Amino acid sequence: MSTKPTPRVRVPANAKKGELIEVKTLISHEMESGQRKDSAGKTIPRKIINTFTAEFNGKKVFEATWHPAISANPYQSFFYKAEESGEFTFKWKDDDGSVYETKNKLAVA
Amino acid sequence: MRSSVNEARRFVLKTGAIGAAAAVLAPRLALADAKAVEAELKKLFADKVPASGRVKLDVPQIAENGLVVPVNVDIESPMTAADYVKSVHILADGNPLPGIISYSFTPECGKASAAARMRLATTQNIICVAEMSDGKLFMAKSEVKVTIGGCGG
Repeated sequence: MSTKPTPRVRVPANAKKGELIEVKTLISHEMESGQRKDSAGKTIPRKIINTFTAEFNGKKVFEATWHPAISANPYQSFFYKAEESGEFTFKWKDDDGSVYETKNKLAVA
Repeated sequence: MRSSVNEARRFVLKTGAIGAAAAVLAPRLALADAKAVEAELKKLFADKVPASGRVKLDVPQIAENGLVVPVNVDIESPMTAADYVKSVHILADGNPLPGIISYSFTPECGKASAAARMRLATTQNIICVAEMSDGKLFMAKSEVKVTIGGCGG
């Protein structure tokens, strides 16, 4: 089970100015905790996504630091107050240094 | 569940005393405790003591599957540039490591609320501490009963 993590994000495409929108994100990742042992009794090395960040028009608006106690295929939701049109950039940072990224546009009327 | 218990019993019966002894001597998973949580809080906030209130920690009372337990937090705050929730830390006192998740909010969020899913090894307390932009701390605590732990493997 080590396919490339695929992020999925749900953000409304349109919002009214001042509206509170909920951003829901999900990424496929095994989140190996570093606590488990394989059949030979060896500890399986930790490999989790340790940080999730959300930027809007280049400004960081939300960040979550995940510990090994976060479930596999981590889900994260948060809120954002729509003030202007722009683009979200979501980034997931893996223990191995890779960064998974996706962008979503938001139009504010 | 039942069949696996029976299998385990049969296994113990078959292997006899050796099996039983091994089961007793099997190393127990080192779990964090209230002390580890305290140490973690001390590391984060030094000696500041959090007050109760303003933090709404929404976790199930009973989690059947410790691998996926929803954890929602909602902190009462106007979320303006002058007064907002800076960070939120969620800790657990019965997992191998006390940390679960840490959030950093900004006034742009409009609402200091976030949801995720966590793993819980066993029945334990979840502690949520929120730090406001003026440095004040607020805390909430809730116990989750876990039927099947999420640290197997």
